[in-house]
Amino acid sequence: MSERFPSRLDAVLGALTALSMAAALYMALVAAPRERTMGDLQRIFYFHVSAAITGMTAFALNFAASLAYLVKKNRRWDNLALSAAEIGVMFLSMVLVTGPIWAKPVWMVWWTWSPRLTSSLVLCLLYAAYLLLRQYIEDPERRAAVSAAFGIVAFLDTPLVWFSIRWWRDLHPSPMLETGGLAPSMRPALWISWAAFQFLLVYLLRRRFCLESMRDELERLQRLAG
Amino acid sequence: MEPMRYLFAAYMAIWVLLALYLYSIDSREKKLQQEVRRLKELLEKSRPK
Repeated sequence: MSERFPSRLDAVLGALTALSMAAALYMALVAAPRERTMGDLQRIFYFHVSAAITGMTAFALNFAASLAYLVKKNRRWDNLALSAAEIGVMFLSMVLVTGPIWAKPVWMVWWTWSPRLTSSLVLCLLYAAYLLLRQYIEDPERRAAVSAAFGIVAFLDTPLVWFSIRWWRDLHPSPMLETGGLAPSMRPALWISWAAFQFLLVYLLRRRFCLESMRDELERLQRLAG
Repeated sequence: MEPMRYLFAAYMAIWVLLALYLYSIDSREKKLQQEVRRLKELLEKSRPK
């Protein structure tokens, strides 16, 4: 990963992200058919689900980068883990905000302590704790090692979130793609939204990673300046 | 609230969160760039001629 931002690649990536986001908005709000029971409210689904999958992808990246750091002890893996955790929290916050907005008119409550909702909230809090924990450890090597261990343990909640609606009775809808509950005419909107969020993830990861590399450079200069 | 207002609120929330995050990255970037520039100048000045 090049550490200079913005490069030509970043400009292309930024343009691709903006274009795919515009296409996703069009598909979700205009092109996708109106759902029979929930009406237009169901259109929240496309960005809600895409944000959830992207958040999980970011946490999986944090997990992989944390493992890589513990094996290789290379600071760049720690930078990637931190970037992925922060971005994952942002995406999961989107899910936790849009979920209740969707739930209120459909379930008549903003929030319920169902397995899917509770495990998602716990997951977001775990990674928020990961980010907080880093603030309290000054030694960079120790900070990276402790955070990597924490990141690996925190990731254990991810399968729990994913499988919660399969393992337990839940008010949250069952996995629509697997059960065939999503009409074929609605699938393009979901796939395009998902792709747009993946582009956004890569774009944000690059920016956040470059920020951390710049911080490393600053620390190096501070050491030189004494 | 009307159903359309919930839909609007959900999509607005997504864009607001994204905008806030991008703003936070941008301001941290600027702060770090300034600090790096300042230190580089300082080191340049203190280098023996």
